Amino acid sequence: MVKEFQQAKWLEPLIFEIGGEGRIGHIVPNPDDEVKKEVGDIEKLIPEKLRRKDEPKLPELSEVEVVQHYTRLSQMNYGVDTGFYPLGSCTMKYNPRINEELASMEEVMWIHPYQDERTVQGALELMYKLERWLAEITGMHRFTLQPAAGAHGEFTGVQLIRAYHEYNGELDKRDEIIVPDSAHGTNPASAAMGGFKVIVVPSNENGCVDIEALKAAVSERTAGLMLTNPNTLGIFEERIEEIARIVHDVGGLLYYDGANLNAIVGKVRPGDMGFDIVHLNLHKTFGTPHGGGGPGAGPIGVTKELEKFLPVPLVEYDGEKYYLDWDRPHSIGKVKGFYGNFNVLVKAFAYILALGEEGLKTVAEISVLNTNYLVKKLKEIKGFELPYGKDKPRKHECVFSASPLKRDTKVRALNVAKRLLDFGIHAPTMYFPLIVHEALMIEPTETATKEQMDEFIESLRKISEEAYSNPEIVLSAPHNTSVTKLDEAMAARPKTLFLTWKMYLKKSSE
Amino acid sequence: MEKDAHPYIPNSPRKIRNTLLKEIGVNDISELYSDVPERLFYKGKLKLPKVHSEYEIFKQVRRMLKKNRTVLDMCTFLGAGVWPHYIPAVIKALISRGEFLTSYTPYQAEISQGMLQTLFEYQSLMAELLEMPVVNASMYDWASALGEAALMTNRLTKKKVFLVPKIIHPERFSTLKTYAESAGIKIVQVNFNRDTGQLDLNDLDSKFNEFRGEVAGVYIENPSYLGFLETQVDEVSDIAHRNESLLVVGVDPTSLGVIRPPGDYDADIVVGEGQPLGNPLNFGGPLLGIFATKDDMKFIRQMPGRIIGMTKSEDGKYRGFVMTLQTREQHIRRERATSNICSNEALCAVAAAIYLSLLGKKGIVELGKTILYNSHYAMKKLNAIDGVKAPYFKAPHFKEFLVTFYREGISVETVHEKLLEKGIHGGKNVKREFPEFGESMLLCVTEIHTKEDIDELVSAIKEIVEGGR
Repeated sequence: MVKEFQQAKWLEPLIFEIGGEGRIGHIVPNPDDEVKKEVGDIEKLIPEKLRRKDEPKLPELSEVEVVQHYTRLSQMNYGVDTGFYPLGSCTMKYNPRINEELASMEEVMWIHPYQDERTVQGALELMYKLERWLAEITGMHRFTLQPAAGAHGEFTGVQLIRAYHEYNGELDKRDEIIVPDSAHGTNPASAAMGGFKVIVVPSNENGCVDIEALKAAVSERTAGLMLTNPNTLGIFEERIEEIARIVHDVGGLLYYDGANLNAIVGKVRPGDMGFDIVHLNLHKTFGTPHGGGGPGAGPIGVTKELEKFLPVPLVEYDGEKYYLDWDRPHSIGKVKGFYGNFNVLVKAFAYILALGEEGLKTVAEISVLNTNYLVKKLKEIKGFELPYGKDKPRKHECVFSASPLKRDTKVRALNVAKRLLDFGIHAPTMYFPLIVHEALMIEPTETATKEQMDEFIESLRKISEEAYSNPEIVLSAPHNTSVTKLDEAMAARPKTLFLTWKMYLKKSSE
Repeated sequence: MEKDAHPYIPNSPRKIRNTLLKEIGVNDISELYSDVPERLFYKGKLKLPKVHSEYEIFKQVRRMLKKNRTVLDMCTFLGAGVWPHYIPAVIKALISRGEFLTSYTPYQAEISQGMLQTLFEYQSLMAELLEMPVVNASMYDWASALGEAALMTNRLTKKKVFLVPKIIHPERFSTLKTYAESAGIKIVQVNFNRDTGQLDLNDLDSKFNEFRGEVAGVYIENPSYLGFLETQVDEVSDIAHRNESLLVVGVDPTSLGVIRPPGDYDADIVVGEGQPLGNPLNFGGPLLGIFATKDDMKFIRQMPGRIIGMTKSEDGKYRGFVMTLQTREQHIRRERATSNICSNEALCAVAAAIYLSLLGKKGIVELGKTILYNSHYAMKKLNAIDGVKAPYFKAPHFKEFLVTFYREGISVETVHEKLLEKGIHGGKNVKREFPEFGESMLLCVTEIHTKEDIDELVSAIKEIVEGGR
């Protein structure tokens, strides 16, 4: 039942090591002769001391070589289009191709953000409508579409928390943001970037926020609490309303990390749980591709009370035309240039159209169904256990611990993850959340097939058997990927730290 | 067709659902939500669309977006932070490959060598262009990269003031303030020479006096927001370093085939916008934030963002690539991380790597020269019109410049409106930002503008201005 897999292995040289002198990959338009004549000697246009003396040491390749090089490299990569990608908290669902087609329209690619508003009515309409849909889905009042990623949304949200307390004259004393110990790393990092002190509250035996500890942590210094629900263990914070009350009672704001929305989209709304600020990851819940690390989009939704602080501009509609509203005196300003990752917004818009209200509910339900199927089956495999809230249903993801396996066989979660790659399956998220030892965080999403999940289960069962009978094959994994296990320590050692080809050439000549 | 089945949800059909439910040992999916308080479920009907077929989506979204007029439909001279450049067809073909497009951040290095090597190549190609040995795998855009650079100068120097020119993109400036002020960094602007736009070095000196021992970094842009080149790069670098501050330089990489790279004048941190290297306008996003620094562990350890490093397989046999120095990052260091950035703009960096590979060492120089020719042709022709001054500043320029209308009754708005009537989109109106430059518009001319395009613009402006006589 497990797959036989061998990833492409091209031993592809670096782009600097191929090509040949004099080759060109693209002809840049040459100026008209009359233009040249009229302008004259361009050397004179730039003062001597500002002229580049030596050509940049870029390679010289034909178009053919460039295409073959990057096609080969793509074959040494693994995406959702390749197979099962149960990377927990990343919601690696299928990315519909129609969305790519629409985002490649000239009317998307070739419009400039400073065009006269009359010439970009379609783009503004799309943003306006998407904003309203996102508000409806989350139960929030308004959204900004500006943040470029989830963490960028968090950064924006933290700035909104600042703006709110500053407006109320309380910023000086409210210098703390609370995060649970199971939070995504971006939460404390975003809070710190916004100038706040981070207070960590522990989880209870069910993996949820310890209410007594939260009560002890809040005070008149609390600016806000950042929380994801369901949490990173895949467990719904049942006492969310009580949590909201505790934070609101001391004057703090409640921030929703939307990384885990997939489990409840269309069914339960963060706004109805009491959240004041919500971020969404369009590249997670709303099916836009992750592109090997980005671009994503991390819109931020807020309550009516916080609307005035949103970044400029917002898209408005006066009954006849859409326009950008820059005149917002209480706004926190900008968090990046222009209006957000527009082509990602187009894809998310098409995604919501494809699913509709009913479909989004199905997304949530099947993602939860798939997760609980995995939980049921994986519990039976020797060496793995499900810590926290053992009898609670999971939502979008589940977190298993390979601690028993490590204790019995020395095979760690890392080894299990690497061995999974040998069966043509992307590994789960490892060693996160931090409150689970030897964590394997598994998120199948609603786009997994039962057959894929069965293969995954069988692969883990086989790895468990191997660990107990022939651990070496697991410890030395992966075997079937483009390269075998890489030396990460070498990569980080100052003497062998090679971050660019330039750095490598310099160090090897020394 | 089953009502519940959806093409994106393989386990949606009733029979498969039931199989899974039975295996789990529950009767209904609602049991899997039994821990969610009943009152939290949304009971009403959400104001959302119905389920659409692919054709309906195709038709509906196209109809909406077709209301846009593109820069291909009307000759457009807008830049100001996002610039129109041609994108070789190869790029779209390669970045649309599912293995790249649908992959996540390459946490599992061995199965992600394609993306890792490509990003290492992006870092390396950019390093050659900038003459900076260390480049990260991307930031969101130039503006946020500048914000991060200010934070990094503060971490490195423990000083709290960051100097920037008064002539700076307003959106970049606003973003910088958002990033810096919550970290307790004060942004101070330095004056410019009214005729040349160049940084006023006397004012720079006086700012150093005013904030003695407190200046973390000095930021300059080349080319500047208003298109002129800052020629005093060595002087500024010298002043910054003499005062134990860092030099941060912002660049448009298309200029670097012909203009001196910032590594050459001792920049400590370089930021910039990589969009013009193979990435579309996309109404302003996604963009590609460039971030580079020196080969100095003190600096490297303070860098934000993902960095790809070259290494070997543990058996020493093969070369390979991994995300490295991750102990700087949020998923390890949490609140003590150098930045919160997680997702970046990797696929835009892939496009930039392919673009630079295609152009190569000759092509990037050719690109710079073509832009210089075309933009200067436009300036010369426009300046010849009575009542028009181009460029406004007496300084060398690259691809953008201010054009000023000084005939009575001719405003930027009139020119814009009348150009649009003729099917031409003029430049950005900068009157609100810089009223001191009068009726001025920021024009951008690149390699995609032909002589005919420019002539059409020039004769249209001539007609508008002279018609207003």
